[in-house]
Amino acid sequence: MSSDLLLLLPLLIPLYGALVCLMFWQQEQWQAVMVGLAQIAWMTTIVFLMQRVMAEEVLVTQIGNWPAPFGITLVADIFGALMLLAAAVIGIAVYLFSLQGLDVTRRRFGYYPLLLLLQMGVSGVCLTGDLFNLFVWFEVLLICCFALLSLGGTKGQLEGTLKYVTINFLASGFLLAGVGVMYSLYGALNLAELALMVRQPEHPNLPLLSMASVFFLVGFGIKSAIFPLFFWLPASYHSPPVAISALIAGLVTKVGIYTLIRLFTLIFISDLGFMLPLLAILSGFTMLIGVIGAAAQTDFKKILSFHIISQIGYMLMGLAIYTPLAIAGSVFFIVHNILVKTNLFLISGVVAQRYRTFSLKKLGGVYLHQPVLALLFLLSALSLAGTPPLSGFWGKLMLAKAGLEAGAYTLVGVSLCVSLITLFSMTKIWNEVFWKPKPGNHIPDKDLAPVSLLRLRQLHLPVILLLVVILFIGVYARPLVQLSVRAANGLLHIEKYTETVLSNKTLK
Amino acid sequence: METLLPLMVGTLFAVGLYFILHRHLFKVILGLILFSLATNLFLFVVGGITRGSSAIISEEKSTATEPYADPVPQALLLTAVVIGFGIQSFAIVLIRRVYQTFKSNNLDELRKENEAQ
Repeated sequence: MSSDLLLLLPLLIPLYGALVCLMFWQQEQWQAVMVGLAQIAWMTTIVFLMQRVMAEEVLVTQIGNWPAPFGITLVADIFGALMLLAAAVIGIAVYLFSLQGLDVTRRRFGYYPLLLLLQMGVSGVCLTGDLFNLFVWFEVLLICCFALLSLGGTKGQLEGTLKYVTINFLASGFLLAGVGVMYSLYGALNLAELALMVRQPEHPNLPLLSMASVFFLVGFGIKSAIFPLFFWLPASYHSPPVAISALIAGLVTKVGIYTLIRLFTLIFISDLGFMLPLLAILSGFTMLIGVIGAAAQTDFKKILSFHIISQIGYMLMGLAIYTPLAIAGSVFFIVHNILVKTNLFLISGVVAQRYRTFSLKKLGGVYLHQPVLALLFLLSALSLAGTPPLSGFWGKLMLAKAGLEAGAYTLVGVSLCVSLITLFSMTKIWNEVFWKPKPGNHIPDKDLAPVSLLRLRQLHLPVILLLVVILFIGVYARPLVQLSVRAANGLLHIEKYTETVLSNKTLK
Repeated sequence: METLLPLMVGTLFAVGLYFILHRHLFKVILGLILFSLATNLFLFVVGGITRGSSAIISEEKSTATEPYADPVPQALLLTAVVIGFGIQSFAIVLIRRVYQTFKSNNLDELRKENEAQ
């Protein structure tokens, strides 16, 4: 397959899949078949893309055959491809879960097309080579999130979506302002060209560049829920059904962090002396506040939502330390976290299918009925907390080692304490949901939803699938660690990236 | 114009932000619309405003000469306006739906009702 097609297909497959789904409006069986095929096709292209990127480092195509700084550029490097690969894996898992775990009404009224369009947005963000298109793709992704969050229109969902829409609208405004400042400074929007201009020895307007970088930090900071800007997340992520919140919680904030890492390694490198200490402080507080917030919650999904914030802090920590190893740690951690967080949300969904509640006070004794599910939860939770043979450990090890080498002792100390509190939080869920006897045991099984064994098995399937992937990257971490290191090298040494993008190999 | 427009942008940003922070839902819509107007105008002004010249290069010249209207900020603006319009209409429908469901247009009351449940 030519590289042009390979870069376009991750965008086109979800788009056409969604269009076909719209033709089968309200016939959710056909939609389900279509989306299943689209997921498999998306996954396959991304695997091919990953292979090509591993061989050639950077792939590039110019849309409409316009040469590089003028046309629209699509670029794939290892970091972007890794993000897409993780997104594809959880895409399949969430799709499998939605077949049994989501009510028919929501499936009939547009869940599947929105799912695909959301994935198209993610592909766009990860593959674009242009600052303005980055903004546009992020809007594509967000509008799908808005619709998915409010799909069904229950009271909690409406309230959560209202907050989400308002704060994200604000963030988009900041991003657009940042894009405007960048264009007025350099007259260019192509990321590779901007990267070269910024690196020229005496480039003008340094204070204004810092201002633009702060616009982007605030904009993407809101979208990825870093420290002072995270309040919308616990207010909105727990409200929709699990098939929706698992996807959004697993993916969208990490895409925000992805863009932050991309932009702060590629373009905003001139004011790092000010920016890195700021990022370090932000990441420390993000970790700490998230995990403390989680400790105060008594709702399965709310605890997990607060943990998203705390984990975002780890990803930011790698960027703040800014050595190759640290950024590799961030990359590894993002991939690990997308998988694990989605899996934990799906497990909360499986529990809620049977017990119809997420409240820790009302749940209990799940271990007795579903020992397999308890085991699956335990492994995922330990992986999130970073217990040694599992995947979270390797990410945290890389980050901690890089932090110690760079002398960021406070940050490393904070991150290790936060790991401990994460473990405490996970133990709390384990005790309350799985281990303690069910409160009010005198009405056994009466308030349990009638779930057939077959349906329960089908609900377990995506969880097991994700856990296999998590265990694989935990026990056999070497390939992913190596890939992360290569991705970090690609991010910090941009020569290959800029050369490939600006070489203007247009089609003959 | 050069001094007036930045002042306009600043005022729009301030008013937009003030309204977004308001607890009345209708004012939140107004705030969102004004805020997006402010960003669009900012994008337009910061891209450099020229008067009375077009973005077309005459045939005998190979490069653009001053004064030359840069088409890129205008193209960006058009895209941003369309995106903003889409999100605003979604927000309006959402807020209408919130009003229908909660029978209230006060943000604080939504919260009370949700906590009461």
